[in-house]
Amino acid sequence: MLQAEIAIVGAGPAGLTAAIVAAKLGASLTLIDDNPVLGGQLIKQTHKFFGSKSHYCGIRGINIGQILTTELENLPVKKLLNASVIGYYENNLLAIYQPDRLLKLRAQKIIFATGASENTIAFPNNDLPGVYGAGAVQTLINVYGVRPGKRALMIGSGNIGLIVSYQMMQAGIDVAAVIDILPKIGGYHVHAAKLARLGVSIFTSYTIKEAIGKDWVEAALIVKVNKKYQPIPRTEKRLKVDIICLAVGLSPLNELLWQAGCEMVYIPELGGHVAQHNEDMATNKPDIFVSGDLSGIEEASTAMLEGKIAGASAYESLKGVTEESEKIKEQAKAELCMIRQGPFGEKAKCGKEKLSVATRWA
Amino acid sequence: MTFPEKKTVQFFFEGKALTGYEDEPIAAALVANNVMVFRYTEKMKRARGFFCAVGKCSSCLMKVDDRPNVMVCMELLKSGMKVNRQVGRGKIGAASNK
Repeated sequence: MLQAEIAIVGAGPAGLTAAIVAAKLGASLTLIDDNPVLGGQLIKQTHKFFGSKSHYCGIRGINIGQILTTELENLPVKKLLNASVIGYYENNLLAIYQPDRLLKLRAQKIIFATGASENTIAFPNNDLPGVYGAGAVQTLINVYGVRPGKRALMIGSGNIGLIVSYQMMQAGIDVAAVIDILPKIGGYHVHAAKLARLGVSIFTSYTIKEAIGKDWVEAALIVKVNKKYQPIPRTEKRLKVDIICLAVGLSPLNELLWQAGCEMVYIPELGGHVAQHNEDMATNKPDIFVSGDLSGIEEASTAMLEGKIAGASAYESLKGVTEESEKIKEQAKAELCMIRQGPFGEKAKCGKEKLSVATRWA
Repeated sequence: MTFPEKKTVQFFFEGKALTGYEDEPIAAALVANNVMVFRYTEKMKRARGFFCAVGKCSSCLMKVDDRPNVMVCMELLKSGMKVNRQVGRGKIGAASNK
């Protein structure tokens, strides 16, 4: 039976910063991730981040992952990689699956930072090979240098849809079109402009009617929708594509929180069901903390700040409040507030406000 | 963009020799070799392939050596691996997979 003062599940941007903060404050920790390397989704994010200097603006996601990993190397943190946490049992017992064994770890405090997975949408033949989550295509092209096809349809014009589209163009995959069921482009204008300069059409108020192909995608039928999102007859366009990319939102990977008995609440602005949590990233379970996309779909920059807060809070609940831990939390909360002021921070800000906070439990 | 140097290895897909890079996910090696179909479903025999890339969707389950239900988007490629399509659910139990 392994032991840890603090166990951190997930080594993406939130888990990494939580580990760095908690380790520097002096807790003994174990960081667990099911991938062979640290960094979570940062490892495929080759684009430069926006924001302020303290949020690594102008630096590519892959390099941020590297910076955090290196910072962690100099700290006494036990790392379990290729390790999937498959269950939470009473008194903070985690069951961890590795390809050749099952481990058990008892922690005093647990920070869950398991991130999110991509949504899918229903349309005929949506299960054909050639239909991918946008993140999956990004992983193939940016991490492994593999082109999964020659011509793509991107569904979704949020930042992920726009960014993965121009990354596909950079990788030599022709993007036939980007479509969005909403009447306007979801992501930052700067990304959309980049696509426009590359000659990629963005069709708003369009959705996919069906994927066409026998054993893999050979074409896609897209159709215009009216104000009620209903398809308008005879507006179908057939696109010859072998890749259909879904960038239609993310949902928190929250199974372990359900199992742990955390109070869960459905908040659409946060992407689905999240654990009730307060500004200190504490849930209604005194030993359980959350951070990053798991606590509400947002950005890597907010994930890193929430990770810091969770790391400090978990440490405090173990060893008591210190001047350092207070300072870390205050600073991170102020930066979070600032990031959420902008027009793109609105959704998450709204979502987080819907969480009923400290007054629910004292 | 630059990619780190990787060692080329030989592996087998449905008995056919293919090449890939050591320690890349098996799924990436398959896609690089234009393999789209990873398995067929139990009831309707629908073709399935690469989808989520993060080990969450079960689309990519294949038989690798004598292990069924391997998530090839997570499992890393090693020299000599025998990768096969699965039809339906894999059979658990050592004897049924030799």
